[in-house]
Amino acid sequence: MAYLLLRHRDIPGLENIEIYKQNGGFRALEKAVTTLQPKQVVEEVKASGLRGRGGAGFPTGVKWSFLPDTIWPHYVVCNADESEPGTFKDREIMEGNPYQFLEGVALACYAVGAAEGYIYIRGEYYPIAKQIEACIAEMEKQGYLGDSLFGTQTSIRLKVHLGAGAYICGEETALLESLEGKRGQPRLRPPFPAVVGLYGKPTVINNVETLTNLPFIVEHGAAAFREFGTEKSPGVKIFSLSGNVERPGNYELPLGTPFRELIFTHGGGIPNGRKLRAIMPAGASSSIIRVDDSNFDRVMDTPMDYESVPSLGSMLGSASVIVIDDAHPIDWVIKKTIDFFQHESCGKCTPCRDGNYWMKHLTTRIHAGKAIAADVKLLDNVAAQVYGKCLCALGDFSTMAVRSAIERFPEDFEKVTGNS
Amino acid sequence: MAKLINLKINGKPVSVPEGTMVVDAAKKAGIDIPVFCYHPKMEPVAMCRQCLVEIGRPVIDRATGQPVLEENGQPKLQFGPKLETSCSTPVSEGMVVITDSEKARAGQREILELLLTSHPLDCPVCDKGGECPLQNLTMKFGPKESRFLYDEKHHAEKHFPLGDLIFLDRERCIQCARCVRFQSDIAGEPVLGFSQRGRHTEIVTYSDPGFDSVFSGNTTDICPVGALTTADFRFGARPWELKSSASICSQCPVGCNVTFNVRREVKAGGGYVIKRAMPRQNEQVNEIWMCDKGRFAGYQYTEADSRLKLDSPELDQALSQAAVKLAESASQAVFLAGGRLSNEDFYTLKQFATRLGAKAYLYTRHGGGEYTTRYGLAPGSNLGNLGKGDTVLVVASDLYHEAPLWYLRLKAAAKRGATLIVANARATKLDEFATFVIRYSYGDEVETVKSLSSKEKVGEAIKNTHHLVIFYGADGLGLTGTTALAQACADLFTSLPVSQTAPKANNGLIGVWSTPNQQGALEMGFAPCADLAAELKDKTVYILAADPAGDDPTLAEALKGAKAVIAQDILETETTRLANIVLPAAAYTEREGTFTSGERRVQRFYPAVPARPGTKADFALIAELAKRCGIDLEGRSALLVMNQIVANEPAFSGITYAKLAEVTEQWPIIGRSDLFYGGTGYENKQGLGVTLSLTPGVSPQGRDKQATLLSPSPAAKEMRGEGLRPKEDELLAVPITKLYDNGTTVAPAKLLAAHIARFDGVFVNPATAKKYGLENGSQARVSLNGVTYSASVLLDESISTGVVLIPRSFGIPLAEPAFVLLTALEPAQEA
Ligand SMILES: Cc1cc2nc3c(=O)[nH]c(=O)nc-3n(C[C@H](O)[C@H](O)[C@H](O)COP(=O)(O)O)c2cc1C
Ligand code: SF4
Ligand code: SF4
Ligand code: SF4
Ligand code: FES
Repeated sequence: MAYLLLRHRDIPGLENIEIYKQNGGFRALEKAVTTLQPKQVVEEVKASGLRGRGGAGFPTGVKWSFLPDTIWPHYVVCNADESEPGTFKDREIMEGNPYQFLEGVALACYAVGAAEGYIYIRGEYYPIAKQIEACIAEMEKQGYLGDSLFGTQTSIRLKVHLGAGAYICGEETALLESLEGKRGQPRLRPPFPAVVGLYGKPTVINNVETLTNLPFIVEHGAAAFREFGTEKSPGVKIFSLSGNVERPGNYELPLGTPFRELIFTHGGGIPNGRKLRAIMPAGASSSIIRVDDSNFDRVMDTPMDYESVPSLGSMLGSASVIVIDDAHPIDWVIKKTIDFFQHESCGKCTPCRDGNYWMKHLTTRIHAGKAIAADVKLLDNVAAQVYGKCLCALGDFSTMAVRSAIERFPEDFEKVTGNS
Repeated sequence: MAKLINLKINGKPVSVPEGTMVVDAAKKAGIDIPVFCYHPKMEPVAMCRQCLVEIGRPVIDRATGQPVLEENGQPKLQFGPKLETSCSTPVSEGMVVITDSEKARAGQREILELLLTSHPLDCPVCDKGGECPLQNLTMKFGPKESRFLYDEKHHAEKHFPLGDLIFLDRERCIQCARCVRFQSDIAGEPVLGFSQRGRHTEIVTYSDPGFDSVFSGNTTDICPVGALTTADFRFGARPWELKSSASICSQCPVGCNVTFNVRREVKAGGGYVIKRAMPRQNEQVNEIWMCDKGRFAGYQYTEADSRLKLDSPELDQALSQAAVKLAESASQAVFLAGGRLSNEDFYTLKQFATRLGAKAYLYTRHGGGEYTTRYGLAPGSNLGNLGKGDTVLVVASDLYHEAPLWYLRLKAAAKRGATLIVANARATKLDEFATFVIRYSYGDEVETVKSLSSKEKVGEAIKNTHHLVIFYGADGLGLTGTTALAQACADLFTSLPVSQTAPKANNGLIGVWSTPNQQGALEMGFAPCADLAAELKDKTVYILAADPAGDDPTLAEALKGAKAVIAQDILETETTRLANIVLPAAAYTEREGTFTSGERRVQRFYPAVPARPGTKADFALIAELAKRCGIDLEGRSALLVMNQIVANEPAFSGITYAKLAEVTEQWPIIGRSDLFYGGTGYENKQGLGVTLSLTPGVSPQGRDKQATLLSPSPAAKEMRGEGLRPKEDELLAVPITKLYDNGTTVAPAKLLAAHIARFDGVFVNPATAKKYGLENGSQARVSLNGVTYSASVLLDESISTGVVLIPRSFGIPLAEPAFVLLTALEPAQEA
């Protein structure tokens, strides 16, 4: 199967604009700008069933249609903050197939009537930001960005903004604050960015991968897109596979591909003859799926799409699949996730700020064998106490691994608290 | 009027205007929901997550748009899976809110437990202890014990000076951002912010010098923990040892309602001393705010070393001697009183002058009182009600410095949609929030006001407004200029349709006086003297609450030429030093009385501490003097004097002390289960005051006389209209007012010394400084009327190159704009 998103793997040199053009580049943008009304683009994307690849899986076309026609200007913001531990797909897209990505951003701009689009790239991706800026300059030079696109009235300009190293700036409202030059902290919602977004104006925020799908959808139509994936989760998805697997990396597969195919067929299975013990399908923010003899086949045969993964008590999220073998204690895993969230909590709201600090002390003590069973219970309790009370989703994310680990891997905790 | 929304909170039906947040609706219904980040004066941010409640909403049938009903006919409710923050959730029709279910209570308890994990719990040594929302809410809603290991507590810096007035304890901070938001949203001085993230989040100041704001003290009031404390009160007393005494700030004409907290102390021989000043809620005047001058200079002089006092026999002797001099002189006596005196003092003084046949003047260079008494604000006025469709004009005043709370209130009015026009010869802080900024040259004030109506947009805003309020100050103006300006402003009112000029709430002319009670004196017919120096010659002069000798060497000279000088004041001044007889007055913090604010609101102040031995209230001293001259005046109590004022001064008719002490319910409700502030300082139990009635066109007795008295001198006439254009190497020197001045009652405020020093000098544009070979801070010679003064040069880029600004009260006696020569004290080094 030919790649839809990671096309550079099929076509060497695709990061070069000439090669991109030779391979159908900018045809979708030209088609949209010269032959389609913005509304028609929105409708096509709605029909395609494309869902956001940033984590929440919200239907992209529907999100676009929330922008009020009465308030202008509109903005498009691309979320290239890619900071979820275990996620490294946007990076490969931007490095290998930057023009398809930028064409996607431009299409989103056209669809919602935005003359300006911003690409918010995580600070550590500095070289990529430079590359994307060069690509934008090239597109401007060749008339794919700027004024009077393809001889029409349409003008679209893109700008790159570099983050400063904060996971929270991947959260869309914190991203907007950061983009406006303020402290990267989430905003109170409602109002939602679709109505009050960047500089207080209606704003669309989409993930890199989401947007990179657009040229295909606009050029080939919703039906062609729906040939991949499932009814409710159409299209392909890049799965970032990491952890205890033979061949970690990005795998572009149709949504609904079972775990077995990703982990064993493509990923080559678990190294060193170890056993698969746990899966975190959505990076550090996942509830941890327990895999053992009793449910091995059920888990392995579960399709990886937005509807099916919850049946395993977890989420697909950004599809950053972290595989954990039986050599790694789960109390260590949650210590790692809490270290991360504790470090990344923006500190704006009490439960996340103080809860993660507390959980950090507990997980550290538990993992160091300096805790008793009651501390594990307390940890579960604190996580439960944080959950559902925070200002943004990061706070909830921070409790996922902890609560599922304590529930599903009791033996690991009994071992360290000397209570087995 | 906004639509009313019906909902139920804990089973209690409530109706509140659309847009009300659930937490406020509950408060109105008598139900307290714990909050930390929420503050009724600021937009909700829902950060602390303390105010969690269960909220159910009626299920609406999509097809019919009607609520779905349960079998029992009640609307079917849908509760969300999560608790919601009541501070950021607006009410909606049919909503059901539960604040006290096990689920809601658990949420509230859990947030408190989380907050306490990072809190040092040093309540025993914390200044907020005893009036701390965190303490109080923990008692009411929190967990009984901690499950967090004490050793794992996060530690952070304590005693961190954000500025010289405010200290921060970073461990106690609960990151509610009230202080940050107050500074950026209410004060318009965004000098605080957060740094770092997560548990390391800490408050920092962005300004240099740190926490550079004139409203900084307010953050210590609204901080829900003991993280912010004032340099003067910290570790000074425990809240429960304090008694509250209601007062009015006397540092400017706004008349902020304040509370003085007092305690018995050894240093006062077991007597009461004032430990701090806090704003007292009066939504029509200062809401719950006050400025740092009021807080840090408002009462401190009560204990100054330079207090005047005389023991009983000495005082008796002084009074007798003074009485002899005055009785001798009779019509050759001149009374000169400053606007620091209360209404009761002014009235008594006026009676004395009339009966003695003496002349009585108000000591001020800010004229125009004959207009503010006729065109001033009418009863029912509240700057807090100005908004869309209303216009406010501020002319020749730097409100931020001259009356900070008016700056705050007008900034808020502009935010609510009022058209704010700021006209001045130089940039002022209020410009930032103005709809229109008008810049003129010094000297063109009157022309500017006259031309406003003919300006397109500004003219529209003035002509089509529902309400027009004009503030006029004395920026760059003396007596002649201010009087002419007031007249021009009054003309603006008369040029409007009758509906605008008739007494109408929220309409009128306000003088931005430099004293708390100039308006009161004006209402009783006091007026300034145009040529004071001449007037004093060979007279017996009775000076009260004024320091002419300190202000101006010419006046000091004139006083030396007087027959006798009797000076009555609280503190030692140049004038008391030069006087033949000194009478020691009690500070206003030690006695009872009333002030009339610039908004014409009469407000009571009460004695916070007993009068210093050897001092007496001004009205009592005046009455004793009168008595010794054979004139019988009421001097027994301020209340009895007020009764006479009411009977004899038309503007005051209908006012009683009892009425002044009345309080009606105010919104937001402050206190009660510690929602917004855990103490009692804000509470207003002693009165909101009463605005004087107004009969336009009717001039109170004596006023017509003043008009003639004030006819401008020929020189001044020449200067008017054409702007003041200096000749080649001359500069136009203009008097201006800075908040922190060197006034008699301000100078003793030790904590403000550095702030006062920042304005001790003359301000010029950097280009001007360069031209004269001067730098920031270098000493310069200012030659004025043939006298040379030396002063530090301070640079201000926002002023034009032809002027030098002379802050009042720092020793250069610039009564009117004048042309001066500026030279370097030490000639600049040749390059
Ligand atoms: C803590 C947090 C971190 C996030 N980080 C990212 C991120 O790095 N990249 C991303 O695309 N979306 C991230 N999101 C999701 C975004 O908020 C947002 O839903 C997404 O960008 C929407 O784009 P989509 O609809 O195309 O998925 C994050 C959300 C949260 C709560
Ligand atoms: S949940 Fe965490 S990251 Fe989100 S706003 Fe609260 S403190 Fe910040
Ligand atoms: S210092 Fe006080 S007001 Fe400011 S954020 Fe901290 S707790 Fe809140
Ligand atoms: S604004 Fe005026 S009255 Fe109010 S506190 Fe400041 S100086 Fe006092
Ligand atoms: S979240 Fe409502 S009071 Fe802080």
